[in-house]
Amino acid sequence: MARALRTEELILNMGPQHPSTHGVLRLVVTLDGENIVEVQPDIGYLHSSVEKMMEHRNYTQCIALADRGMDYLAALINEMALLRAVETLGGIPVPERARYIRTIFMELQRIASHLLWLGTYGIDLGATTAFLWCMRERELIMDLFESATGGRLHHVYFRIGGVNEDLPPGWTDRCREFCHYFLNRLGEYHRLLTGNPIWQVRTQGIGVLTREQAIAYGACGPVARASGLPWDVRKSHPYEVYDRVEFQVPVYTEGDCFARYLVRMDEMRESARIILQCLDQMPPGEVRTPRVSLTPKLPPGEVYTRVESPRGDLGIHLVSNGGETPWRVKIRAPSFSNLFALTQMMKGWKVADIIAILGSIDIVLADVDR
Amino acid sequence: MKDGPIRSGGPEVTSIARIPVEGSQVAPIEQLADVLYKLPGGALLLTTVENVLNWARASSLWPLTFGLACCAMEMMQAFATRFDLDRFGVIPRATPRQADLIIVSGRCTIKMAPVVRRLWEQMPEPKYVISMGSCATCGGPFYYDNYSILKGIDTVIPVDVYVPGCPPRPEALIEGVLKLQEKIRRERRLSRRGT
Repeated sequence: MARALRTEELILNMGPQHPSTHGVLRLVVTLDGENIVEVQPDIGYLHSSVEKMMEHRNYTQCIALADRGMDYLAALINEMALLRAVETLGGIPVPERARYIRTIFMELQRIASHLLWLGTYGIDLGATTAFLWCMRERELIMDLFESATGGRLHHVYFRIGGVNEDLPPGWTDRCREFCHYFLNRLGEYHRLLTGNPIWQVRTQGIGVLTREQAIAYGACGPVARASGLPWDVRKSHPYEVYDRVEFQVPVYTEGDCFARYLVRMDEMRESARIILQCLDQMPPGEVRTPRVSLTPKLPPGEVYTRVESPRGDLGIHLVSNGGETPWRVKIRAPSFSNLFALTQMMKGWKVADIIAILGSIDIVLADVDR
Repeated sequence: MKDGPIRSGGPEVTSIARIPVEGSQVAPIEQLADVLYKLPGGALLLTTVENVLNWARASSLWPLTFGLACCAMEMMQAFATRFDLDRFGVIPRATPRQADLIIVSGRCTIKMAPVVRRLWEQMPEPKYVISMGSCATCGGPFYYDNYSILKGIDTVIPVDVYVPGCPPRPEALIEGVLKLQEKIRRERRLSRRGT
């Protein structure tokens, strides 16, 4: 009777409909008892064939597709990624004021995206208050967006050679007011979550990704910076006016969920500081280069440009054969590489940590699947 | 009724109808009628079973927490601080077994379509569908030159209310929910001929 108990692995299917997968992600989890042996992501539930569609659209129409088809939480940063490629290849100048406006909007977008992440991560770990507070602040950013661009989520505000139109009267004051308000609120979030014992137990030491693993899997953005990799495209390949403002790149070496949380909290503070500096430095003048066609023909050639999206290093490889439409657009999505770093992070942890680890990489499935 | 109407105009309730309660005791309907008599307007609440059911269904629409794409962000915002869909009795549920409304928020791919269909089949009757945004309604900006997006969720499941927009504002979603409540209040599930 003293025979060893026979055990076998259990395959657990999670998703694509699950309240905590942040979209339509399916995870096939192999469990040994309560321990995770292997995680296999099944992606493609939101594949919108946006790269193919861009081949049939002119560059201005591609901006609208970049809003929707890619990472929908960072629409303005997608627009910037595409326009950076178009303007680099076409040699199209951008006025100074437009560069500042773009930077301000991208940082507002980063704060909005991180706020949504913090709120949903709070819900994942059972902290509903965080969700309500974050959505409250996010609404204020949505108001700022709406008054300047006309849209809440999808803006099509950046245009080839500038932005669509100048800021409405009083906008800069309201934006400055929001930044000061938000910096105060950030302290409130720290008081709510950072010192909270439940929050710490759920996140500290969980889902560790080492620096070597982060490099091997091509992890980027806050995930890489939480693993001690000081990689930020805004610093390494400055675009727009990031070389003229002073900001820190938060780096933590623990590589756990708590470090990823802290990186994003610090990034929100730095974003608010960038916005305040840009508002002070912003010159008056043109916001759009005159006589740039709405349907420009780019010279034949190819270009690879990258911007720092809230999820990491977002790259666009644009190939033109001289026509009004791109010949090929390849999007290098940050969530995609972070998702496969996830398979490494989850190994050996308990089944209850799946949600904590999955939430901590801030995945957007539209970014993974395109 | 051989004993005449329950209330014949005067304040005295003279009915002798009795309703059984647990055990062998019977409670006189006078007690119930006393409660009803104190309603504003001083009348008995007379209605049909159907109206009561419709009222209950319309005032506690529980949607499934199911987000597909960008519209899910506006749906979350509608449940959150400023808009607060909870005040209309709309409280998200995590499982289709407890839900009676599915808000298809965002573009649905061909790979995802069987999953949406199965989720809808898992929901208990009566169930309702809101198609939120252009993509769920007709494919939206992903209609042309596209090989992966479904041209409208109504090719998979029947839709009650279409909410236009890309994405619709939270107010638009709330309007859609209110329209659905109106539709439920007008429903004739019991008195419909042939049921």
